[in-house]
Amino acid sequence: MIFVNELSVSYGAIKALNDVSFAAPSSSITAVLGANGAGKTTLLRTISGLVHPSKGDIRCDETSVVGMATEEIARMGVGHVPEGRGVISEFTVEENLRLGILASRLDVNEGMERQFELFPILGQRRKQYASTLSGGERQMLAMARALIARPHFLLLDEPSLGLAPLVTADVMKTIDSLCNVEDLTVILVEQNARSALRIAHQAIVLHLGAVVASGPAREVANDPDLRHYYLGLVK
Amino acid sequence: MGSFFSSRIMTDILGGLASGVVIALVALCLVIIWKSTHVLNFAQGAMGMFGAFVGMNLVFHGVNYWLCILVSMMAGLLLGGATERVLIRPLYGKPEINPIVVMVGFLGVIESAVPSIWKNEISTIPTPFSQVYYQSHGHTILMSPFVAFQIVLSLTVMGAIALLFRFTDLGLKMRAAALAPEVSRLLGVRVGRLLTWGWMLSSGVGALAAVIVSSGQSLAPSNMDGIFVSAFIAAAVGGLESPVGAVTGGLLIGVAESFALNFWSTNLAPLAGVIVLVVSLAWRPQGIFTRHVARRV
Repeated sequence: MIFVNELSVSYGAIKALNDVSFAAPSSSITAVLGANGAGKTTLLRTISGLVHPSKGDIRCDETSVVGMATEEIARMGVGHVPEGRGVISEFTVEENLRLGILASRLDVNEGMERQFELFPILGQRRKQYASTLSGGERQMLAMARALIARPHFLLLDEPSLGLAPLVTADVMKTIDSLCNVEDLTVILVEQNARSALRIAHQAIVLHLGAVVASGPAREVANDPDLRHYYLGLVK
Repeated sequence: MGSFFSSRIMTDILGGLASGVVIALVALCLVIIWKSTHVLNFAQGAMGMFGAFVGMNLVFHGVNYWLCILVSMMAGLLLGGATERVLIRPLYGKPEINPIVVMVGFLGVIESAVPSIWKNEISTIPTPFSQVYYQSHGHTILMSPFVAFQIVLSLTVMGAIALLFRFTDLGLKMRAAALAPEVSRLLGVRVGRLLTWGWMLSSGVGALAAVIVSSGQSLAPSNMDGIFVSAFIAAAVGGLESPVGAVTGGLLIGVAESFALNFWSTNLAPLAGVIVLVVSLAWRPQGIFTRHVARRV
């Protein structure tokens, strides 16, 4: 479970997050929705330790991660697929995956084969440079690389960004099944509210750095005001 | 065969390769640091000389030559690590000119501190192999066992660095830390530690280059100044992002300077490197081996 308690983040005079609190239950998907500039990416970057909060606490299960270095947070089981995927284009698929498992003490080959079972397309592309992959394949590679070290928590930042609707549907289906198969606690940041709400168990809506709504995904999806004002969906 | 190797052109090429491998080694050190931390290390040569002073002065106290080389490299490693931690790390994220200014200042500090530390110990360093040129059928070939040793040692070190980066987990992490530090951190890679190791590696190899350059002559803090300028040109010619470019550039500059030395005069030899630099920058401003990479904005 991830607990976020009264979290505030500032970039100089600009408050990116203002007293954000929520809990992402274990083995479930929590969608974080909102328009551009709502603070979604900042929230994930703060959980990963890339951004330091001015106030508040973040707990992954029992451990507070505020003040910890990003690499230590990753080593304790928080996988983060950043916006734009962060795949290293100059590396092959295998090298990208190897990089993902080196910080853990797991067996490299075993981990890699496991990811090729989960993402068969990567097995076919294992010797290819990441720069030659399609957008959907790069997203799969980014997720596989985050999963290879067997994290307990997975933070996904805009996984549908730049993908065709059919590929987006595939990616969302994969996230849904990963949550079940890998027993993951997922925080899914998305602008594509419709796709995210389809697989999420609960959702929070951010607006100008503050939580304006939260609850079960189905309720958020059916709230006509939220749909219209914050999610860009037809009322 | 002997007359072929003693011909003017072959003499220039062999002489150029001998100095070129050392230039390439120093250029490779510059590229390693540039790729990992985006710092142009203007003190690269002086840091190498500091390591050479620490290790090679022990020769005059009866310590084995090979052990002295090892001590030199260890001193270089430690100085590199300390430099990254103390001088460079506080400057990450600051304007790129800041570390350049600091390293120029550090160059001055080393070159003035070394003579104060080793006051009366400037003597000629012995060479482990003969410096007498090979003879073949009555012709002199501009290659001695010591020059052959310089070339083989430099190439071996370059090969070892290439293998480290290409085939080891440490090399993979170092490349990742240089290419995508934030992503590497998200994957649990301790990027700060790897950047220190990058500086240590570069400085240790720099010390080895300084030992190679200084063997057979007096140890002086400025021994590496000329080599550093040539190495800087070589790295710019090959492309600051490309280790292969640094090595190729080093060999190219070495041979070009050797030809200039023979066909023009000693004073004009460095000009050859500058000419190669101007021509190559006009042709490929990013360096011969650096690829244009489209960046997301």
